[in-house]
Amino acid sequence: MNANVKLQPASTEPVSIVRPSRAAALMQRSGRYAVQQLVPPLVILLVLGVIWEMLCSGADAALPPPSQVVAETWELIIDPFYDNGGNDVGLAWQLLASLQRVAVGYLLAVVAGVGLGVLIGQSDWAMRGLDPIFQVLRTVPPLAWLPLSLAGFQDSHPSALFVIFITAIWPIIINTAVGIRNIPQDYRNVAQVLQLNGFEYFKTIMLPAAAPYIFTGLRIGVGLSWLAIIAAEMLIGGVGIGFFIWDAWNASRISDIILALVYIGVVGFVLDRLVAFVGQRITRGIPAN
Amino acid sequence: MSYLSIEHLDKSFVRGNLASQVLKDINLNIAKGEFISIIGHSGCGKSTVLNIVAGLLDPSLGGVILDGKEVRGPGPDRSMVFQNHSLLPWLTVYENVEVAVNKLFKRSMNKRERRDWIEHNLALVNMSHALNKYPQEISGGMKQRVGIARALAMKPKVLLLDEPFGALDALTRAHLQDEVMKIQKDLGNTMMMITHDVDEAVLLSDRIVMMTNGPSATIGEILDVKLPRPRDRIALADDPEYNHYRRAVLSFLHERHRLH
Ligand SMILES: Nc1ncnc2c1ncn2[C@@H]1O[C@H](COP(=O)(O)OP(=O)(O)O)[C@@H](O)[C@H]1O
Ligand SMILES: [Mg+2]
Repeated sequence: MNANVKLQPASTEPVSIVRPSRAAALMQRSGRYAVQQLVPPLVILLVLGVIWEMLCSGADAALPPPSQVVAETWELIIDPFYDNGGNDVGLAWQLLASLQRVAVGYLLAVVAGVGLGVLIGQSDWAMRGLDPIFQVLRTVPPLAWLPLSLAGFQDSHPSALFVIFITAIWPIIINTAVGIRNIPQDYRNVAQVLQLNGFEYFKTIMLPAAAPYIFTGLRIGVGLSWLAIIAAEMLIGGVGIGFFIWDAWNASRISDIILALVYIGVVGFVLDRLVAFVGQRITRGIPAN
Repeated sequence: MSYLSIEHLDKSFVRGNLASQVLKDINLNIAKGEFISIIGHSGCGKSTVLNIVAGLLDPSLGGVILDGKEVRGPGPDRSMVFQNHSLLPWLTVYENVEVAVNKLFKRSMNKRERRDWIEHNLALVNMSHALNKYPQEISGGMKQRVGIARALAMKPKVLLLDEPFGALDALTRAHLQDEVMKIQKDLGNTMMMITHDVDEAVLLSDRIVMMTNGPSATIGEILDVKLPRPRDRIALADDPEYNHYRRAVLSFLHERHRLH
């Protein structure tokens, strides 16, 4: 900082001359960065596309080549928002329907998962008792919960939400609990000297200290939710990208399935990055100790 | 009548059915405004003494009385400066002090008074220039300054410092020692500091408490340092009285209570 202050008087005049060229240099540098980051994936994508095209161009190929996929799904690509009633709606609506289910189930899992994680993380006894149970339950595949929840709820909509919830909650609970347990003794000492009460401790020390761990759980959870919703929707039906795929399979529209896979991948990627970004902003990049 | 008294303090740590006695019969009376150093070999139990005074640990026997009241559990009247600063990394320099001030003086000060008090304490340790910096953006010496400001801002009856400058380089350490001496002269705080640095102990203390080696460590000797204040490290460097005190501590640590 001092260096800047000292430099300023000497450079008052040239500044106006220097500035445009510095801006240009910055543009050039960020442009070069974008090229460096974007070119490799684009090249690979192109190469893979060409290989796929060659492999699937034969008359007896089981799967369509990319050119055919684009041609057959062109209507879906250019008009994601059409609505012919019932299940016959654009891909944007299908994705939004799935995202809405994920949002509700995931948010419930976040609230319950962080809450339970905090409780468990604070008690050795609860941790010892519950951890093995959670470790077993978390390996149960999402779809295995579906028949049980259909039996319980007698309705497909809450069942789908429950499957999301139960899939996402385990990593959130476990990571939150680990985060709480790993709060350094130093921070606990500070809280003790200040005689912070339960809520003050939770707000000023516990949540921020555990945040890096909690966000690890949230990120794993959102990925699992997205995996689970697609599978659940295939069985439950109605509007949603999962059932769209099932429907396309029944109608032998392989190209539609491929397009849907691309969208699912992109949305899953965006969800992951979104949670990572929020975590980055909230923890300001402070790593877990 | 002493301000802070440590009476017949014993401490054993029990692990399983194995008890190991760390401290045995520690007795110490500290007057108001006095600066006490505790010196002793690593692992003898210095931090344990301080943590018991802070209330972070319970004594096995005996107790601590501060200003006529027995110490039970931690509290802001005995604020602590930790060796590893223990600032909260998600809060700025200002906010780290604010947490303490808001908690303790929410009722007794209005918003403006609290802000002034936070800024005043950070100014005392020369940290006014970095109010909005985060701990990981400032040097080790600066973090320790903020830790001191936070502890002072609690208006403690005793300030407890556990090797506050141990992790700092020699130049930064000297600088902070001078600042602590100045603060203590201006505010008249009662301070208890752990150190393993002989020069630091002699320069800062009114009395140096020398502990024997563990297990079952106790106070071996107490040295009255009668050097006049303010003390100047350069002038004292070849002062025979200063070197006499220095020699007394060195001889305790390295001749009579050497680690084997
Ligand atoms: N929580 C604890 N449980 C068991 N033993 C401990 C605990 N804290 C400290 N000790 C033991 O007590 C002794 C004194 O430790 P400490 O007070 O930290 O020493 P110092 O600060 O003088 O280096 C050491 O032998 C240490 O292993
Ligand atoms: Mg120690």
